[in-house]
Amino acid sequence: MKVRLLLCLVFLISLQSKAQEYFPKNDGVKNPQTNYRVFKNARIHTSPGNVIENGSFVVKDGKITAIGKSVNIPKNAVTVDLEGKEVYPSFIDLYSSFGIKKPTPAGKGNGQPQYDANREGYYWNDHIRPETEAVKSFKYDKKTASALHKAGFGVVNTHVPDGIIRGSGMLVALTPEGTEGERILKNRSSQFLSFDKSKKSRQTYPTSTMGAMALIRQAYMDADWYEKGNAKNKDLALEALNKNKNLTQIFATDNLLDALRAAKIGNEFDVDYVILGDGKEYERLKEVKKSGKTFIVPLNFPEAFDVADPFMAENVSLAEMKAWNQAPANLKMLSENNIPFTITAHDLEVDKDFRKNLIKAVNYGLSKKAALAALTTTPAKIMGKENELGSLKEGAWANFIVTSGDYFDKETSIYENWVQGKRAIINPINTTNITGTYQLNLDGENYELKISGKPEKPKANVTQGDTKLGAKLTFSNNWMNLLLTSPDTTKTAFTRLVAKTPEKANNIKGIAYLEDGSETSFTATKETSAGKMEKEEDKEDDEENDEPETHEVLPVSFPNKAYGFSELPKQEKILFKNATVWTNEADGILENTDVLIKNGEISKIGKDLNPGNAKVIDATGKHLTSGIIDEHSHIAASAINEAGHNSTAEVIMEDVINPSDINIYRNLAGGVTTIQLLHGSANPIGGRSAILRLKWGEDAEDMIFENSPKFIKFALGENVKQSNWGSRSRFPQTRMGVEQVFTDYFTRAREYEEKKNSGEAFRKDLEMETLVEILNSERFVSSHSYIQSEINMLMKVAENFDFRINTFTHILEGYKVADKMKEHGAGGSTFSDWWAYKYEVNDAIPFNAPIMHSQGVTVAINSDDAEMSRRLNQEAAKSVKYGGVSEEDAWKFVTLNPAKLLHIDDRVGSIKKGKDADLVLWSDHPLSIYAKAEKTLIQGKVFFDLEKDKMLRNKIKEQRSQLIGQMLSAKNKGVKTKKVTKKETTVFHCETLEELE
Amino acid sequence: MKYLIILALFSCIGNSFAQQTPAKKQTEAVTIVGATAHLGNGEVIENSLIIFEDGKLTQVMDATATKMQYRGKIIEAEGKHVYPGFIAPNATLGLVEIDAVRATDDEDEIGSMLPHIRSLIAYNTESKIVESMRPNGVLMGQIVPRGGRISGTSSIVQFDAWNWEDAVIKEDDGLHINWPSSFKRGRWWAGEDPGNKASKEYEKDILELSQFFTEAKAYLSSEPEKTNLAYEAMKTVFSGEKRVYIHVDGAKEILDVVDFKKEQDLKNLTLVGGYEAHKVIDELKDNNIAVLVQRPHDTPNNEDDDYDFPYKLAGILHNKGVLVALESSGSMERMNTRNLPFYAGTTGAYGLGKEEALKLITSNTAKILGIDDKVGTLEKGKVATLFISEGDALDMRGNILTHAFIQGREISLETHQTELYHRYMEKYESASK
Repeated sequence: MKVRLLLCLVFLISLQSKAQEYFPKNDGVKNPQTNYRVFKNARIHTSPGNVIENGSFVVKDGKITAIGKSVNIPKNAVTVDLEGKEVYPSFIDLYSSFGIKKPTPAGKGNGQPQYDANREGYYWNDHIRPETEAVKSFKYDKKTASALHKAGFGVVNTHVPDGIIRGSGMLVALTPEGTEGERILKNRSSQFLSFDKSKKSRQTYPTSTMGAMALIRQAYMDADWYEKGNAKNKDLALEALNKNKNLTQIFATDNLLDALRAAKIGNEFDVDYVILGDGKEYERLKEVKKSGKTFIVPLNFPEAFDVADPFMAENVSLAEMKAWNQAPANLKMLSENNIPFTITAHDLEVDKDFRKNLIKAVNYGLSKKAALAALTTTPAKIMGKENELGSLKEGAWANFIVTSGDYFDKETSIYENWVQGKRAIINPINTTNITGTYQLNLDGENYELKISGKPEKPKANVTQGDTKLGAKLTFSNNWMNLLLTSPDTTKTAFTRLVAKTPEKANNIKGIAYLEDGSETSFTATKETSAGKMEKEEDKEDDEENDEPETHEVLPVSFPNKAYGFSELPKQEKILFKNATVWTNEADGILENTDVLIKNGEISKIGKDLNPGNAKVIDATGKHLTSGIIDEHSHIAASAINEAGHNSTAEVIMEDVINPSDINIYRNLAGGVTTIQLLHGSANPIGGRSAILRLKWGEDAEDMIFENSPKFIKFALGENVKQSNWGSRSRFPQTRMGVEQVFTDYFTRAREYEEKKNSGEAFRKDLEMETLVEILNSERFVSSHSYIQSEINMLMKVAENFDFRINTFTHILEGYKVADKMKEHGAGGSTFSDWWAYKYEVNDAIPFNAPIMHSQGVTVAINSDDAEMSRRLNQEAAKSVKYGGVSEEDAWKFVTLNPAKLLHIDDRVGSIKKGKDADLVLWSDHPLSIYAKAEKTLIQGKVFFDLEKDKMLRNKIKEQRSQLIGQMLSAKNKGVKTKKVTKKETTVFHCETLEELE
Repeated sequence: MKYLIILALFSCIGNSFAQQTPAKKQTEAVTIVGATAHLGNGEVIENSLIIFEDGKLTQVMDATATKMQYRGKIIEAEGKHVYPGFIAPNATLGLVEIDAVRATDDEDEIGSMLPHIRSLIAYNTESKIVESMRPNGVLMGQIVPRGGRISGTSSIVQFDAWNWEDAVIKEDDGLHINWPSSFKRGRWWAGEDPGNKASKEYEKDILELSQFFTEAKAYLSSEPEKTNLAYEAMKTVFSGEKRVYIHVDGAKEILDVVDFKKEQDLKNLTLVGGYEAHKVIDELKDNNIAVLVQRPHDTPNNEDDDYDFPYKLAGILHNKGVLVALESSGSMERMNTRNLPFYAGTTGAYGLGKEEALKLITSNTAKILGIDDKVGTLEKGKVATLFISEGDALDMRGNILTHAFIQGREISLETHQTELYHRYMEKYESASK
């Protein structure tokens, strides 16, 4: 019945107008529409926070011509009485792929990586597709539109979600019956970007987020260069990129760190990206706010885990549990921190979850006004359409929803969603609201009848005294049927009640068919309306309970996971009393010595120092050393290799720091304070390194060593030849080719520099810029290397180009060419005892470090591994065992020497007055297998402390049990839960190849 | 002079292409005097007297309490330390030489139920990696096939032999089973969520395994019409000669293993890995199940775990009365097996103390492997497989071997690696002259 009615209405509307005025018509006469439509007596939310009670508005040709408390009603007006109803401007979603077919993926190819682009006449990289225009592949999608209507959306900003630069999107009205010509509000509304590659091409580059970032930067610079007329060729992609420059730029990301990375590029190029986030912005509010960007935020709140099985529950991390607990409060926190945002229906089932989750966000403290603004006025303003969209005013599109009450009350029904003056019916508007408590008089008996739930789908509960009767209510087209069981529970007979409900359902009169088949009349007299009824769980409801339940929200920690701090460590003034101090300076190892630190620096070293107001730590029997420095690390990163090209000097490890990596904390527990985060070894010329202080809890940017010396990773041997996996198509495949890669790139870099210095116009090339820095000894090389021949080769190539290789890392055959390294001036940073994992490490020996050391090479021991890095003190000690290095020198292998290799030994690497207070207090001789780091400090802040670790462990336990309790209670209430999945952590090594989707 | 150097170089080059020659059978008694003897059973003799003859220990005693005559070759070892040879269980030494070179890889046969697959015959006594165990005191190992549900049958060998027949200490000592996981990774290529989800096949996998045992039992209880090699290889499992090693980590899985042991009436069952064994300690003790604890030098499996959990797991189990030893499987496991002493050292720092930690790579290992009648401690009557170290052999700084003996034979402590060391140091020294 309901269905038929709906079809009728749709038919009616569609008769009204189908074509534009100047289009020819051959199926009848024109029948022009000049009538007005007046909506009166509604509670109108004209814009967030502004309400007209009993207001009216007039619509003609899809737009509002007048609105207010009282309006002039033209004579040719059709009036709709909305008494008791509310009207809201319909919503706008800035991030959508509505009406766009999924791109057809490129085939699998021949199994070999593809290095060149598919296209010609466009940019060299297939993932840069600014020429794509959503409008060219748009087709109104009725089914999705109807889901969007249901949630309240009237306008979406859709695009082709494919590629890194994705081209222009379009702003489209979800007009139920209309033409594309009417619906398109702006055909080039904004340009979309992301870090995800196009599915249409197999072109390998970029394989990583940092590669995608470098590619965007280069494309921007190339567009600028192209615009100035410098290119010899036609490039339709760059032309489009220039054409799109003045559009709103929307950057889609799927995790918070990527969102901040997008913001970083935006700020570099002064582009005010609007960023699609992942709904976890609350985890790093400070950075989100600092980015200055507007966020498009999804309502994809995680489902609770089913933690009923305690073994299974163990596999859920605190971070995942917290995400479930905190995500609903995201919008509240964004709003409280005045971070501009809009709300998107992206990443959820819009008809099922959108409104439910939005109401949840409101229940978690988001103001209704802010919620409405984020769905109406803010997106309208971003689209430059604030006069036409987002609020109900004269001249604006008649895009509005009609509801039975407050949109944010879950009992409220949405009746209609009007777009451009055309109606989509969600629920029949003339449904009488029969909810309330009635006195039911039936066959001389009195019962209490409670009707609750949504007006279009009410539920009944009938009682007589303490007896509850079985009651099944069906309500359709204002006819109610109530099926009642007998109060006598031994009987199985039913009474059937039928009535047509009046418009104001204070008294319902109808016919009852009694158990014995006889007919009689009944009356139900309303006593209270629904609002005053106490809410009661309906146990017979077999639907899943989507009661937006709230629970106590746990505070965000830094980082927001296990071992995160509730407050960041502060600089302290500390006196370490009576320690064995490993100075790494001429003083050597000092017994019974005090060290005073203040303002983040080492202030005094001596005997019986006066503590003043410093906190005194008794270090008797303990050893105090400078913090361990790992020259070769891959922790704290979201990506390691950009493997798409044989040279990727343009990519930047600082772009992909992951400050939440638990290995940072674990490294601190092993006494590590500084690392060099290196690019991997997938290509001869890798990316630029990051030197990080492991300041757990702080932001990515704050972890970067101040005034970091510039470094880059090179690599040689099996990895760059791609010997140990299937790839056969990339140059180089031999060590002979590796030399030529370097020679080629440095030759070109030199030519590039000459051109740059000549004053002529030149194409700024991020890769070449980096290589020029190397040629000018402004950027140091740390080269992954194994075999003596290649080590020797690289030194010769460098010498030919008049620079030096700063560090050979891994360098397992360094012992074979230690004399040559010494002469060249290269340092060696090696593994203590790894070997036999590849053919090229067959001659790797644990005596490597001692031999290089004996020949005067600056030697460090590195990890390349999140496990080994937390025991680097032990790895250093292996040089005492293998090769008899003195303990003092062995200790320098993991402290002062890597500091020297990284050119940061003026700040760290030894205990010296004025240097940074990067210190570790050890329970035992630091080279001993029995030594534990008790405290690890960076710049005078305690980042690891055994005692504090205990407290953090307890807190994890506490919070886990609290959250498990909350989840169990949610499950108990019938909230949908999801099965536990076990997260596997990827431990990054040099060879880790992550794939960018 | 010049000639001499050339000669010396020559001999080094010559050496570096061959493995160390196995030592000859012990013909002369050896007496070690004055060393601190760490017996491997928790006891220490500060100033010890140790004598061995014909490959067997004949005296292990306090030197100050005896006027016993020294016999044969005398080694003054004052200030030094003597240990029983360390034993690496669940190792793949000699089965793979270079990880990335497939041709050198013999550790994982195709198929699922492979009790008949025997590691011993593939064990390469000439492996450069096996050789590199010895300077660290790791003198014996259990060589275990990998992969499949039942990976195959292991054997226990010593590390100074001409061939696998010479090497064997206990042939076909153990059956190795990879217990099914209750989690299964989604097949992303089939459009599934790549996360680890509760495996729908878990119960089925267990059923398959127990069915295999049941079928084998039925087969063996009669005169079979046709020979089934896999079932034949189960004979010694049911008789109790071949011990059963189940590679398993999760608490839930371990409880299922306990049931499996009861159901199949298995006498000697040891868990390998056992990451969550500490959650089911009582069940392990009640059912007499030992654990070969995964290498302590590993990162915790879960973000929320204590940073030092892998360091202390063995200690937690041992201190609560579970029989525990350490194994070293994992990434780069072969070359890393030489760090077994330091794995023990770490457990010493995290809950055990040095002498208890030592048990985890000596006497406890021998007990678990069923070779404690022969090796694992310094006791009269045991095989003279032992070594002398400059210092604490569980610490990198002290683990500097001066002598090592396998079956009383004094073995070379040189390796491919020490030879390269000498060769290049000589190169630099001669250049500086």
